[in-house]
Amino acid sequence: MIDKAGILKVDNLVKHFDISGGLLEQLTFDQGRIRRKEVVVKAVNNVSFTIYPGEIFSVVGESGCGKSTLARTCIGLYPPNSGEVYYRGERIDNLSARKMLPFRSKMQMIFQDPYASLNPRMAVRQTLEEPVRFHKKNISDSEIKDRVAEVMLQVGVDPLWADRYPHEFSGGQRQRISIARALMVDPEFIIADEPISALDVSIQAQILNLLMDAREERGLTYMIITHDLSVVAHVSSRVAVMYLGNLCELATAEMVFESPGHPYTRALFSAIPKIGRKKADHIQIKGEVPTPINLPTGCVFHGRCIYAEDRCRNEIPALTEADTGSLIACHGIEEGRL
Amino acid sequence: MKRSLYRRFIRSYFWFSFKQDPIAVTSFAIFFILIMLSIFAPLIAPYNPFDSGSIDIMDAELPPVWTGEGDSRFLLGTDIQGRDMTSTLLYGMRLSVMIGCGAVMLQAFLGVLIGLIAGYSGGKVDAVLMRMADVQLSFSTLMVAILISAIFQLAFGVSRYEEMAIPLLIVTIGLAEWPQYARTVRASVLGEKNKEYVEAARVIGLNPARIMLRHILPNTLSPVLVISTVQVANAVMSEAALSFLGLGMPVTKPSLGALINSGFEYIFSGSWWITLFPGIVLVIFVLVVNLLGDWLRDVLNPKLYKG
Repeated sequence: MIDKAGILKVDNLVKHFDISGGLLEQLTFDQGRIRRKEVVVKAVNNVSFTIYPGEIFSVVGESGCGKSTLARTCIGLYPPNSGEVYYRGERIDNLSARKMLPFRSKMQMIFQDPYASLNPRMAVRQTLEEPVRFHKKNISDSEIKDRVAEVMLQVGVDPLWADRYPHEFSGGQRQRISIARALMVDPEFIIADEPISALDVSIQAQILNLLMDAREERGLTYMIITHDLSVVAHVSSRVAVMYLGNLCELATAEMVFESPGHPYTRALFSAIPKIGRKKADHIQIKGEVPTPINLPTGCVFHGRCIYAEDRCRNEIPALTEADTGSLIACHGIEEGRL
Repeated sequence: MKRSLYRRFIRSYFWFSFKQDPIAVTSFAIFFILIMLSIFAPLIAPYNPFDSGSIDIMDAELPPVWTGEGDSRFLLGTDIQGRDMTSTLLYGMRLSVMIGCGAVMLQAFLGVLIGLIAGYSGGKVDAVLMRMADVQLSFSTLMVAILISAIFQLAFGVSRYEEMAIPLLIVTIGLAEWPQYARTVRASVLGEKNKEYVEAARVIGLNPARIMLRHILPNTLSPVLVISTVQVANAVMSEAALSFLGLGMPVTKPSLGALINSGFEYIFSGSWWITLFPGIVLVIFVLVVNLLGDWLRDVLNPKLYKG
């Protein structure tokens, strides 16, 4: 069934990367026989969720858990290995470049590193004009000029600086320009991949506020990828928690902070320092994140979970609705043990 | 706020470091003079060495003026056919530079295009194109050139060959050395293509050709510029080597290499000037271009200076 209400719907998305290289590099000599061995990084496994219009949907998780891969697969930078991506009910993950074009102006992306996300050989004006000229072929030069000035004003960069090059701007200003580029085509849905993690703390709030202002003025929907939990608390309406390429909890922001369900979510959110809290409140998880090349069997978290039982080691838990209304992928919660 | 290109150039690091480096300034001055002499050779040269009507065989093998035995009409003496060495030298340098630059343009065009496609597409396309480059590099330039010109001379006859020598040499040297460019460009494309500005361009929906040409190519140009200088020197050398072996320019239209060759047989009979002067010019040109290339590499190396 296709959910028309969702602006972006992701269904059982899987993205694996083959890192074993060419055929010759895959061949290994093992016990007197030559065999072909492929090494695959399982970055995103069976992730499903729906983002509704007007939402600020955060995806959190530690580094290497597949958040950025998820974002890039959603927007079509990577083709998924299996699973489907729907934009307002229309499937977009298998479209040709030409058929994808109308969606390109509706979905935009903001990148993490403001030093890498602007082409160093293009002046700000060229960077901002390019998407508009490409998507609206019959727009006049004066209209484009007005539009560049308007968007630059909105993101807080003086339009008089439009003819400067990226290296003449600071990191915060560059991130503003990067946001301006995304806004140029009038999108309704923006995926922000760690939009503030490369910035100074003092600038982070400014950029975050800018994103929120732009949302109010333009009615945008955001999917924000972050590992900064205070950002999550500050802005998001719903939160998806990822661990090792799997979605382990999907709930409203209050629920995740007030009563996190999944053992991993509990540990993750107990790591937020709070004034007046004793150290003992921290839930410490032992061990390290396993490699995404050899995923653990069953629940990916079982090796580090203090509640793990035999079922957790053998059976992959599905995302099910808990009593609290949150969607949680945990056998313990499902069985009522936790 | 729009600053003129001239002012940007004057205030750039590029111009600053050029002024600071006496070797670069001297090299550029000599390079500039040599290029001007080549371009305006027909205006500067006292005679036209390609006009067989004006050559008198009686003037052959006259030594330079200052040796005392020379003729005041011929400053640097004459070659075995009685051509004025000064004029022949200027025209020869013109041919060498023309072939060198033409060949480098062809190399750069082929190499940059193949390098861009290989680097950006990756996978099988990359593997096939780069193996082609490896195979090409395993033949020496001279071998490829000998093969091509031998086939051409067989197919079209020696008389046609003389007319076609210049484009043929450009194509030969161009085809023989494109992998240098392809490899360099591919390496920088691999570095650039995963940067976020390329992803941003893909999110906008731009087609691969446009991303390659407008976004990636401008960011890979500095190494291309650096190898271009070295390659011009190499191409001039290759041309000289081919002509020396008799596979390049014909005797009637000698380039520097052909001149060196034509005088080589007479060097032990005392006519040293026929070989020596073109040799000196060739060495100076190649040296100056290489020094400029070294300087350019230092300036454009992002590890030494971040622009």
